[in-house]
Amino acid sequence: MDFLTLLQISDSSVRLAIPLLLACLAGLYSERAGIFDIGLEGKMLAAAFAAGAFAAVTGNVWVGLLAGIGASLILSAIHGVASITFRGNQLISGVAINMLAAGMTVLIAQRWFQQGGRTPSLTGDGRLNPITLPFADMFESIPLFGPTYKELISGHSVLVYLALALVPLTWWVLYRTRFGLRLRAVGENPASVDTAGVSVVRLRFTAVMICGVLCGVAGAYLATGLQAGFIKDMTAGRGFIALAALIFAKWRPWYALWACLLFGFLQAVAVRFQSIEIAGVVIPVQLMEALPFILTVIILAGFVGRAIPPRAGGEPYIKER
Amino acid sequence: MTLMKKFLGAAAGIALAAGAAAAEPALIFDLGGKFDKSFNEAAFNGAERWAEETGGKYLEIVLQSEAQREQALRRFAEAGANPVITMGFAMATPVEQVAPDYPETKFVNIDGFIPEIPANVQMISFQEHQGSYLVGMLAAMASESGTVGFVGGMDIPLIRHFGCGYAQGVKAVNPDATVIANMTGTTPAAWNDPVKGSELTKAQIAQGADVVYAAAGGTGVGVLQTAADEDILSIGVDSNQNHLHSGKVLTSMLKRVDVAVYEALKSGEDLETGGAVVLGLAEEGVGYSVDEHNEALISAEMKEAVEAARTAIINGELEVASYYATDSCPALDF
Repeated sequence: MDFLTLLQISDSSVRLAIPLLLACLAGLYSERAGIFDIGLEGKMLAAAFAAGAFAAVTGNVWVGLLAGIGASLILSAIHGVASITFRGNQLISGVAINMLAAGMTVLIAQRWFQQGGRTPSLTGDGRLNPITLPFADMFESIPLFGPTYKELISGHSVLVYLALALVPLTWWVLYRTRFGLRLRAVGENPASVDTAGVSVVRLRFTAVMICGVLCGVAGAYLATGLQAGFIKDMTAGRGFIALAALIFAKWRPWYALWACLLFGFLQAVAVRFQSIEIAGVVIPVQLMEALPFILTVIILAGFVGRAIPPRAGGEPYIKER
Repeated sequence: MTLMKKFLGAAAGIALAAGAAAAEPALIFDLGGKFDKSFNEAAFNGAERWAEETGGKYLEIVLQSEAQREQALRRFAEAGANPVITMGFAMATPVEQVAPDYPETKFVNIDGFIPEIPANVQMISFQEHQGSYLVGMLAAMASESGTVGFVGGMDIPLIRHFGCGYAQGVKAVNPDATVIANMTGTTPAAWNDPVKGSELTKAQIAQGADVVYAAAGGTGVGVLQTAADEDILSIGVDSNQNHLHSGKVLTSMLKRVDVAVYEALKSGEDLETGGAVVLGLAEEGVGYSVDEHNEALISAEMKEAVEAARTAIINGELEVASYYATDSCPALDF
């Protein structure tokens, strides 16, 4: 494998990893606060649709991004009301959100645009265009660093840099702020947070809403950054891969980044090579695609470290009377 | 889930009851959905044309899950729909199982294969390899790099059949040409993953491809988009997709599913069943599209060469090897 191929695969890994990373961080906030979220997929899908639709109608990608976040927040609110206020089963609520999003997006798109559940193709300012970082051309002549800077580091859309910046930010919020401490506590032992006089309901709603914003960005990136419009079911299971990445990362922000980059890299390799020969053994492409899930199962089974979910995860909090 | 199914069942039941009196035909669309810009949409267009011309009505359902296949067939048959037209290879086995229970009802399946066809079933298949051969020739003639790409949807024999014909067409024009073939995935999600379609296209461009043929349903939308963005040519499939990116889509491999559905609906209850109908170049069941969006891309020499090959295939002078015959392809390794 030559250097250029490696660069192209890395570039592709980043593109494939970013939606996963955003969804994974979204799930991280929610699950750290004790609310399991199976509905990442549905929220991304709804956001992708809203972003595609509004960007197409207004011709402005930023309106699309806001609309995507809005759509995702609505679904987040439904999840919050069902699982926090009414103490419903969080998994069922999440599954319902996925089904709702899969059906509603196509239905509304068909009513609105009559293009068979698609949104019109975006052009110009309706799309999130890649930005070239400064000095990209100047550095090009420098061996190794130059092409790496130009091909891999520069030339992504602004949401990619935002997503990467969110990783240290999330770490800082969770581990260095009072809000983060309370958020983690509410996922481990909500009764103690309640005893300290902090509202469990408000904290959990905040976490679910942050999750909504991040899923919204992820969906908008799919529809306006990676593609030029929405098509039915375009998330293609990325929300579930993000959940697997979250478990793989043991609910930690930096690990989440590495997990998503690894999963993105595995996908990029599977995209580039149909089959890989390592030491005379041919690895079929299907194995590469299944590897993220196999790795997650291995982690879950406790072979490599242990993944311990937040202790109060999945349980609605009932205040003692 | 069960509740959902009950609702769907009830909805289907009501829809069927409404149409039971007149023995209306019924159409079962596959999981891709009737607006996939491709296979199912072609069927829908054919049905709409029939409805417009005759004023007739037809029943329809878009399948949402594997479990609905047999259920939908039985409900349509019990409600007296005739003929029941099913789309997609995956409906072949359910049709084979259900058809003997309803000898009065005629069933049609498009794209599937049944070894022993029941008396009330008509199987329609297309010689996609012939059409793909022609667009493969066009791809090789339009390519400057000598490398062309193929992006398939779900990895099933049918899609390999497309890819195989394409590769043979490419090699017929330029024996030294390289064909890079990728499949999007192994699950039905592969039909609707434009993001992965884009990545596959970018990877193929990185390897030198300058014409990419997408036989991938909704995933193809991403392939065509990326090809247009990166300023290379793409080839659409099933329906005429030239207009999606005018001037960037070299041609589309037409599979006249619309004509097949239209003809089946037109025959109605007099449909001939108990056999297989194969639509190839001679029947104009497959072909390639030329319209105002791609006229400038196809030169007179290209057209001449392709038309010559077309005639040769129809006459039997030129035989395009079928993937089905040997489960392998002489021009391409998958």
